Amino acid sequence: MAHPLVPVPTPETQPYWDGVTAGELRLPRCEDCTTVYFPPSPVCPNCTSRTIAWITASGDASLYSYVIHQRPSKLWNADGPMSVALIALAEGPMLLSTVIGCPQTPEALVLDMPLRATFIPFEEIKVLAFVPAEEQS
Amino acid sequence: MRPGDIAIVGAAESTHIGTVPNVSSTGLALDGAANALADAGLTAKDIDGITTGYFPVADISRQLGIFPKWCDNTVVGGCSWMFQLRNAAAAINAGYCSTVLITYGESGRSTRHLTNSGDFGVRGGLAQQFDLLYGAGMPAAMFCLPVLRYMREYGLTEEQLASVPVAQRKWAALNPRASRHEPLTVHDVLNSPMVAWPIRRDMCCLVSDAGGALVVTSADRAKDFPSPPVYLLGSGGGLEAGLASPAGVRDPLHPEFIRTSGRAAFEAAGITHDDVDHLMIYDAFAHNPIFGLEGLGFVERGEAGPFIAEGNTEPGGRLPMNTSGGGMSYAHTGAYGMLCMLESIRQVRGEAPAQVPDVNIAVCHGWGGFWSACSTLVFGAERP
Repeated sequence: MAHPLVPVPTPETQPYWDGVTAGELRLPRCEDCTTVYFPPSPVCPNCTSRTIAWITASGDASLYSYVIHQRPSKLWNADGPMSVALIALAEGPMLLSTVIGCPQTPEALVLDMPLRATFIPFEEIKVLAFVPAEEQS
Repeated sequence: MRPGDIAIVGAAESTHIGTVPNVSSTGLALDGAANALADAGLTAKDIDGITTGYFPVADISRQLGIFPKWCDNTVVGGCSWMFQLRNAAAAINAGYCSTVLITYGESGRSTRHLTNSGDFGVRGGLAQQFDLLYGAGMPAAMFCLPVLRYMREYGLTEEQLASVPVAQRKWAALNPRASRHEPLTVHDVLNSPMVAWPIRRDMCCLVSDAGGALVVTSADRAKDFPSPPVYLLGSGGGLEAGLASPAGVRDPLHPEFIRTSGRAAFEAAGITHDDVDHLMIYDAFAHNPIFGLEGLGFVERGEAGPFIAEGNTEPGGRLPMNTSGGGMSYAHTGAYGMLCMLESIRQVRGEAPAQVPDVNIAVCHGWGGFWSACSTLVFGAERP
């Protein structure tokens, strides 16, 4: 059995995880009220509609707030402290993730800095992370 | 239900708290329950309703010899037992039962047979899929996520944040049962090891073993018991995000769920902020009382850090807060809500180790699920 921290999809969240495997951030969007939301649900949290489609998000985001975790789980293979961040997606939802690809310091991690989604190995699967937008070519 | 229709007639902690390696979580709950029953002058035969939280209702009932006709097992994190008190009040008012025992125990430090049906990490749950992998095993990484944004928005300084545990340590110094008594300075806090920047060790709660229980009944019977009754004047609750993540809170710096809970409790009790003699705000981390003071409306947005740093909540201050020493200096098991209520109750009874003079109205506010739930209670010494 996988480590307890390795995410276990459910049928309702499987499209999100299929997106992660394909290198895309996929989010549910309500076809009735157009709300894009997270986490996945078969019922729109804004209008209770059950007419839901999955969109491929831009991957654009910004850094809302964060901490720098001094002792991350060994599963991250981090060589030191690691950020845990509240990420504001361009499409609207806020989610929890980490910002990599820059020093894990208050100087490098600036609130509101533009970020882009990326997908990194975590045990046998991939998970969502973010990098500073200027790091993307 | 009118303010004061329901009373707490028994209240006690487990015999020992802090480091109690020879007692399981269940054992701490049973010990606290027996102490609360003794405080009320009752036995298990007098109880017809029970709440348990982390344990199967039937297990605790069976071990105490209680045959309840009403039960509640609400689990929303640390403030679950505050919700359970609110539910018990409604059940008694509805006539579903007459005398409820609210039980709690957690071997948070010694992890002896820790039964936790409030496990946030259940496989396939939202927290397990989307949150815990980033900050697992470290509540500071989850609970404290909004702090940095708040500091930038309102100019809260690290010194002001550090002044929260410093103020509470002054209360703990007056309390022999507190785990930490030695003087603490802002300099000490800011030189304690970093846990999750900007949160340092001394801005985090303790990890303790403790249990506790309440006996709740109709206020019409409240004078029949040996201990002074404490009346429930009002209560409120609110839930907003998922169990492990502040990402679902719509306005993380000024969450609506705190205002919803506080307003309900104050309106039910018919009180204003000026009526409040004593305040408990669940402090898993130093920023919790800051967010609570503002969300409950005791101060304006951005004012709570300076308010605490200026000494207003310390011994002799105009709003005594977290007078046991709180989760950061008294004890914090993992779910602190029961211990938070018990200090409010001791203060209203006039029997707290660091007693505030003339506590007639006490407000108790707790959090749950790393900031996804909260509950607010108003206790009174008199039935209005």
